[in-house]
Amino acid sequence: MQAFAALFQQLDGTGSTSAKLDALEAYFRRAAAADAAWALALLLGKRRRRLITGRRLREICLAGTALPDWLFEACHAQVGDSAETVALLWQQRPDGTDDRCESSSASLEDSLALWMEEHLPRLAALQGEAQAEAVQACWRSLPADQLLLVNKLLSGGFRVGVSTGLVTRALARSAALDEALVAHRLMGGFTPSAAAFAELTATAGQNETLSARPYPFFLASPLEPGQLETTPPDNWQLEWKWDGIRGQLIHRAGGCSLWSRGEELINEAFPELIALAEQLPQGTVLDGEVIVWHGDADQPEPFASLQRRLGRKAPSRNLQKQCPAAFVAYDLLEEQGVDRREQPLLQRRARLETLHRQWAGLQEEQGEGRLRLSATLKLASWDQLNALRDQARALRAEGLMLKALQAPYLVGRKRGHWWKHKLEPLRLDAVLLYAQAGSGKRANLYTDYSFGLWNSEGELVTFAKAYSGLDNAEIRALDRWIRAHTTERFGPVRAVEPLQVFELAFEGIQPSKRHKCGFAVRFPRISRWRTDKPASEADSLASAIALMEQQL
Amino acid sequence: MPLAPGGLLQLSPEGLYCPAARAWIDPWRPVPRALITHAHADHARPGCGEYWATGMSEGILRERLGAEIKLLPVDYGQLHRIGDARVSFHSAGHVLGSAQIRLEAGGESWLVSGDYKRCADPSCTPFEPVEADVLITEATFGLPIYRWRSGAEVAAEILAWWRSAPDRPSVLFCYAFGKAQRVLAELHRLGVSEEVLLHGAVDRLMGPYREAGVAMPPTRPLAQLERGADLAGRLLIAPPAAHRSRGLGRFAKAQNGFVSGWMAVRGARRRRGYGRGFVMSDHADWNGLLQSVRASRADQVYVTHGQSNVLARYLQEVEGISAEPLEGHFEAERFDDDDTPTS
Repeated sequence: MQAFAALFQQLDGTGSTSAKLDALEAYFRRAAAADAAWALALLLGKRRRRLITGRRLREICLAGTALPDWLFEACHAQVGDSAETVALLWQQRPDGTDDRCESSSASLEDSLALWMEEHLPRLAALQGEAQAEAVQACWRSLPADQLLLVNKLLSGGFRVGVSTGLVTRALARSAALDEALVAHRLMGGFTPSAAAFAELTATAGQNETLSARPYPFFLASPLEPGQLETTPPDNWQLEWKWDGIRGQLIHRAGGCSLWSRGEELINEAFPELIALAEQLPQGTVLDGEVIVWHGDADQPEPFASLQRRLGRKAPSRNLQKQCPAAFVAYDLLEEQGVDRREQPLLQRRARLETLHRQWAGLQEEQGEGRLRLSATLKLASWDQLNALRDQARALRAEGLMLKALQAPYLVGRKRGHWWKHKLEPLRLDAVLLYAQAGSGKRANLYTDYSFGLWNSEGELVTFAKAYSGLDNAEIRALDRWIRAHTTERFGPVRAVEPLQVFELAFEGIQPSKRHKCGFAVRFPRISRWRTDKPASEADSLASAIALMEQQL
Repeated sequence: MPLAPGGLLQLSPEGLYCPAARAWIDPWRPVPRALITHAHADHARPGCGEYWATGMSEGILRERLGAEIKLLPVDYGQLHRIGDARVSFHSAGHVLGSAQIRLEAGGESWLVSGDYKRCADPSCTPFEPVEADVLITEATFGLPIYRWRSGAEVAAEILAWWRSAPDRPSVLFCYAFGKAQRVLAELHRLGVSEEVLLHGAVDRLMGPYREAGVAMPPTRPLAQLERGADLAGRLLIAPPAAHRSRGLGRFAKAQNGFVSGWMAVRGARRRRGYGRGFVMSDHADWNGLLQSVRASRADQVYVTHGQSNVLARYLQEVEGISAEPLEGHFEAERFDDDDTPTS
């Protein structure tokens, strides 16, 4: 446990990627397989099971410290994190801080695996007084910094600033393996155990079968100016950037499955796509978009329709009819059980088209369009690129994808082969109405903002929240302004004088009954602080409705 | 909550005012007569007719407000008659020359704490408990999440951190006045005798500390460091405002840390982008505030700065002491941020 606590401190205490990489690699080299397995699962965020709620930890802490509830609240507002607030307040208990000798059944010397598999679950299994006493005994046995870590593990809130890619690279280095292989072995979930870790870090086998796992997704980067002009448009495959969710549809000997980009198995939510997978030849893996699309329609439904399907375990027949899912295929990763990712896109695409033709030939009425090929687009010269992209909105797409025809299918985000070129966002100038303090890094700093537009009666009506888009200096300046111009407080929320105007950018706008203003916007963020504009010149609900009508 | 009219102290647009002494305490605007608790920028402002302050703070005040200001130096504990009031300054343990100011007239006594701390600090005189009928206390760190360890313990951590990187420089960000010298004095006590580099803003304030006889390692201003000097293993002390500034370009590969009470909270450290946070403050922590309030034996407590609502409510509800937050210009003056001159 101490080694993992030290790793946590090292990772938390540096912003340098190479220092993080070194620390991770060193940890993986030294740690016992069972501990390394748990560390890996925790760092990847694959084991964020909540053993005891933050609320319960708070109760136990308050019972032990005799502090009033409202004071905890005030502290939490400053800290922005329950587990940490508890860790800090625990030092204020009346019986002092130097009684660390108290015997708790759990010891810091014990391994991470022992903590994760026995000590912490045992605390979680207890109830009432017995649980409170056991948790307090555990806290008493820990120094303050490790108390934070244990609380994070108990409440399932463990996070430290490392990306999946970074952890994968460190692990690959520590085991002297290819990073892509490790990434692939990690796909589709990792259950921590010494055996699983040994398998993960084993030398690459000759005929290693990763048959149960999806492939790591290849990701596009935002198009940067000047990246394309040196090559002819013919070198690129252009497609719409669909507004659904990325998915991998698999039919292998072991069965059929549909994986999301977040590596969730979403078979149950989309039974019609599993049925589709069964119609494909065994040994097929497709990369594509899961989207709601009626069989006879020229364009898919808006993202809101797909949202009705996501997270539904068993969608009713009626819902499947109202919101039928389709799989828009854009890549063929495995065919006849063979990994095709090394082939250039040109060849993979040809095979994908053949596969689609064969499938369509077997269907009555084109299988109601359940499997669609992502259309490829033609471009005569680069100066027509933006004109083409701007047609995306009419197709309810988000923009264009550009994929190098000669590129293999790589792992993760590798710049230069796949670009996404999104539509210009829609924009409205809105007035800041409410602010709320953020959490974590932004604790005690007003960073969560609500904005309003003018209605015809000359009142401001809230229409969107935004959390991002300002730089640190602007955040600080705005925080100060908010504190000095608060008109009313509702718990953690402050109403402010309606004076500051911000340009908000967003991806789309849709009618909504749940919003007071009558519509909802997608991915709103601040694009500019309009210090040049008085509130009276901000946009109105009417201008938002006009934007919406233009889109439909 | 405003102060009741007719009391010994009142809140005027210029700040806390004592009609009996015809004097303001740490005024926000220029006034004819200012009583200054200490030389931090949010307590001592330029433009006043005369300044009453401790002799030990004179050097810093003249450095910051101008050499020509009219300053009447006083000693700790000395009783002065100003107008109809009896006024005395008492050590606050915050920074060199910092004081609590006690005023008495018409059978009533008030104590203005200014900023203070109760833990030992080799760079200034210790806090002196003072009794009064009415207390005005600060509450910058008025939450029970703030609990300080001794300066010596934290300095030992700083030293270990510095020594752990012999192959590159270490940059320690500290408020230029008070914290930087406290850290240096603590390092001296740990036996550090090698030269420490100072950012200009810190260096400017060293004179008064050296004159007061505070023992610190030898220091050298950054500007006097020869070009191309080897920086590996060197320690630089700089103010937070210099963090990520171009002036520290030579220290791009350095490890960095920030010494402040705010560092008790992980999010506060991460937001500022410092590698290490060392929790050391020149303000009282939660228990220090409670202890001081109790020791003052005041019947009425007013709370300013930072967590004034929280501390006042706690005093009222849990300690049974009549307490109110004092609304005023105090809130805007202290902001949980890098460029705050205090803490």
